Amino acid sequence: MADQTMEKHTIIAWVEDKPGVLYRIAGLFSRRNFNIESLSVAQTEEPGVSRMTFVTIGTARDMRQVHTQLNKQINVLRIEDVTDNPSIDRELALLKVKAVSENRHEVVQLAELHKASVVDVTIDSLVVQIVARPDLVQSLVDNLSHFEIIEMVRTGSVSMNRSYRRKAGE
Amino acid sequence: MGKTVTGAQIVWEALVAEGVDVCFGMPGGAILPVYDALAKYEYPVKHVLVTHEQGASHMADGYGRTTGRPGVCIATSGPGAINLMTGLATANMDSVPIVAITGQVPNILLGRDGFQEADILGVSLPITKHNYLVTDIKDLGQAIKEAFYIARSGRPGPVLVDVTKDVQNTVLEDFDYDAIEIDLPGYDPTMSAADAASIARAAKLLNEAERPIIISGQGTSLAKAEAELRELAEKAQIPVATSLLGIGTFPTTHPLSISWGGMHGDAHCNYAIQDCDVLLAVGARLDDRLTGAFDTFAPKAKIVHIDLDPSEVGKNLIIDTPVVGDALLTLRELIPQVESNEHPAWIDQINEWRGETAERDILSQERDDLNAPYVCQQLWHLTNEGDCTVVTDVGQHQMWEAQYFKHTKRRSLLTSGGLGTMGYALPAAIGAQFGAPDEEVWVMAGDGGFQMTMIEFKTLAEQNLPVKIALINNSFLGMVQQWQDVFYDKRYSGTPLKNPNFVQIADAYGIPGRIVTEKADVADAIREAQAYDGPYFLEFRVPAEHVYPMVPAGKSNADMIRRPTAATE
Repeated sequence: MADQTMEKHTIIAWVEDKPGVLYRIAGLFSRRNFNIESLSVAQTEEPGVSRMTFVTIGTARDMRQVHTQLNKQINVLRIEDVTDNPSIDRELALLKVKAVSENRHEVVQLAELHKASVVDVTIDSLVVQIVARPDLVQSLVDNLSHFEIIEMVRTGSVSMNRSYRRKAGE
Repeated sequence: MGKTVTGAQIVWEALVAEGVDVCFGMPGGAILPVYDALAKYEYPVKHVLVTHEQGASHMADGYGRTTGRPGVCIATSGPGAINLMTGLATANMDSVPIVAITGQVPNILLGRDGFQEADILGVSLPITKHNYLVTDIKDLGQAIKEAFYIARSGRPGPVLVDVTKDVQNTVLEDFDYDAIEIDLPGYDPTMSAADAASIARAAKLLNEAERPIIISGQGTSLAKAEAELRELAEKAQIPVATSLLGIGTFPTTHPLSISWGGMHGDAHCNYAIQDCDVLLAVGARLDDRLTGAFDTFAPKAKIVHIDLDPSEVGKNLIIDTPVVGDALLTLRELIPQVESNEHPAWIDQINEWRGETAERDILSQERDDLNAPYVCQQLWHLTNEGDCTVVTDVGQHQMWEAQYFKHTKRRSLLTSGGLGTMGYALPAAIGAQFGAPDEEVWVMAGDGGFQMTMIEFKTLAEQNLPVKIALINNSFLGMVQQWQDVFYDKRYSGTPLKNPNFVQIADAYGIPGRIVTEKADVADAIREAQAYDGPYFLEFRVPAEHVYPMVPAGKSNADMIRRPTAATE
């Protein structure tokens, strides 16, 4: 049944910026046994409103539950599943990679091929920064894991719907 | 220009403004300023001192279920507040409006593990509809006003307001509770009917059905839609089952009533559920105790689910026609679209099953010994056929009460259906009696659960409420023993109870009582309790036996275990 297929979903929640709101949302996910692959939270253009971007995995039915349970939270203002929307999805990652003189050039080249940049250099390591679609970030991580990744931090995905573009003559 | 008040006064000013006439609580260090303000300023709110804070939350629950208005309980920080949690979780599962006010350590001590500090916001978060921690006096009135609003609106539930001690002591100028505006942009409890298309789909399914049934839950009662439910059922001749909490939403004595279904529901009801072709659920959560294994529930049926809470629709079952809206407004739009109908073959079939249920009925067996179903039946007769409120505890007696006390009146059964909280009955009955002073209120409890909160004898005696208690004593944790009989090879691990002399205990609190061991004395004992002007305690000594039917947990309703007949024994 199509309903049983596990799929990755990106969900945006606009929430009131009140103490404990993250606690409420994170608690809800664990209590209801929903997975969170990544979660990113920060303020928005509107004072007092925070925006959370979740990446979660589940069936269509799970997603309806995620949606309705989140919506039931008093401090949640709005929920949108943007998975199928034309949207801009971005993630930032910093990777500290072991790089000595023999392989430093190879690491730098890989970073460049991924449109990533090197933001810190020591005698035996590099820090690579990438801002890209989450799947491209993953691709860089996969490639750099052939070298030794000493430390990694990822922000999780954030997402914004694209505006409707008028065609010529419209 | 508003008043100049302390935070402690704000608590009472708010309660008075919300029309609260009684609250249930226990003082302690972090809530002392609130208690002091009550005495100092003589606010017109009766405070009922409880014996243990769990009692306070159950009392608020009993009051909330009876009146439909939020029951109020008060406790101090740390252990006091934590003791409320069983009652708040009970209320949360069963959609009961409660406002809990708890004291919290002073702001400076927050997070420092000071004396009697616990993270009450965190502890109560998953078991309340919403909660607040107030650390600034400017937020206190707002929080309490919103708490009452959230507790009673939409799908009701418990809301907790945790108030630090320095907020209680701080003075605020220009306080005006009436001027506070609710500011909840993420919460819209406006009641509306479901969208027209889903109502039309529901009507079409019902009109085409050959074997329809309705399952009515507590939502019908919360929406005050009992009359509409009955109108729909009678118009289209649809048999009506209820959930356990839905008992009282449709008269059990009505010819279309098929009682209630699920784990210990009536057999004919479960047969009807398993065989129906359209199932209309109204305001019922369709939880596992009703459905049995989810994928085996009503396997031939298209399911229509009317519920106010969209998160309930499709949570447990795959719903063919979700109808999200207020039960009252939705039924009003649905009824004109549903055609008059008869379903004679289906109703005949159900009546045949009903006859078979009656044949196997415990009360149709010739028994001379005193048994719990007989007590339930007699209590029903002697309360003018159920003109009273029964508050049950949890276990076998709860199931027998639901089976043998034929509820016809709305909200006449108060029971912890969702959380299954043993110890609920006595304190909840105290709260219920405060909510309905002229109502005859009966506690029906088992010997196990009753002892969990028996200490509220003290509150009952002090308040001298005319609550009558029927204790069903089989000297076992009977329901657990039943499971041990069926699933654990009769190893009675932790279930036999060495009980005290209950009547002597009641007597020590000044509550008169009587032990009943003979069937012939049941009616007389009930009349004696009714005639007494005050609380009265009856202990019915019954043998250990099983509640039937029984659907094993996780199995299909079709797999219910029936009561052995004389032929099968």
